[in-house]
Amino acid sequence: MSNNTQRETWEEIVIRVLKKNKVSLVTYVPDNVLAQLIKLIEADPYFTVIAPAREEEAVGIVAGAYMAGKRGIALMQTSGFATVVNVLASLACPYQIPVVAMVSERGTLGEFQLGQSIVCRTMRPVLTSLGMEHFAIQDHDQVEFVVDGMLSQAFTTQAPATIILSPLLTKRKV
Amino acid sequence: MSNSEPDVTRESATVLNRTDLTRRLVARLKSEEAVIGGIGFTNFDLWASGQRPQNFYMLGSMGLATSIALGVAVAQPQRKVFALDGDGSALMQLGSFATVAAVAPKNLAVVIWDNGAYHITGAQETLTVKGADLVAIAKGAGLKQAYWAADAGHFETLVQRALINDGPWLIAAKIDKERPAGVTERDPVKIRLNFMNAIAPGS
Repeated sequence: MSNNTQRETWEEIVIRVLKKNKVSLVTYVPDNVLAQLIKLIEADPYFTVIAPAREEEAVGIVAGAYMAGKRGIALMQTSGFATVVNVLASLACPYQIPVVAMVSERGTLGEFQLGQSIVCRTMRPVLTSLGMEHFAIQDHDQVEFVVDGMLSQAFTTQAPATIILSPLLTKRKV
Repeated sequence: MSNSEPDVTRESATVLNRTDLTRRLVARLKSEEAVIGGIGFTNFDLWASGQRPQNFYMLGSMGLATSIALGVAVAQPQRKVFALDGDGSALMQLGSFATVAAVAPKNLAVVIWDNGAYHITGAQETLTVKGADLVAIAKGAGLKQAYWAADAGHFETLVQRALINDGPWLIAAKIDKERPAGVTERDPVKIRLNFMNAIAPGS
């Protein structure tokens, strides 16, 4: 524990890897788990940040920017992911636009809202049905490799992808 | 035109034709402006107006023409970007008006065709018939430069202002229920590649 002050937080690693992959547009609908990441991104002049009213917009904006030459990522919570199925199925997937979403996973491992746990269960079946690459990061040691791999694969294969932030990463005290 | 805008409302706006207005708009695009065509007859008429490579045709994701156009506008601030969408689509994503107002891209114009109907599915009435005024909603969302086109000439004047002056703009036209002049070819990857090649930075 004494090293924790020096160790990069998962948020700092994400920012470093976004920059490495030239992802300079961040759209988001806020969430508690994402709060520190959002704060750091908004304070960093490298990023263009847009906070739209709905997650569908966040995906649409990233899709448009990609086609115009600017790479982006959309941040949202699991309940927000449930609202973007149509735009993924009718825009990102068929047009082969590599929209990457980063989803903070609510609804499992200590959830207190029944609705959150129910909507959470829809996420992986939806991603599987759409044939979309997805991976849940559970451990701090996985952050760099998974975020880097998911981003680079999305852009080299023109395929949308979803990076899930498990409570094992974001809530667990280590 | 005069400095003061005519006081046009949805009620007082002349009923115009989407095919005609789309062609008038496209005829004024001389600088490789990007155009995002919303789902349905909106992009059918955009397709029929000449298939410019800088056009992107949506085949789903109803309501997101403005969001996609916003992404293009933010990525390429030197290029003018138009979003074309129907009233039914716009009603689905009213929050996007507020997002555009907040981001305030100088190079973005949203054009709404309002025939008060979900035309492609059988012309069922939309909420604009019941009194929802998309220009008033846009203004309330923070888009100060939001106007109804009084007639076809005024529509062209508004488009020209959007091409010359800083946006964001929202131009709404009340239109009839004529069928579009064509049908978009439904090949998503071809649409994306044509669009991306045409607007590639440095091209």
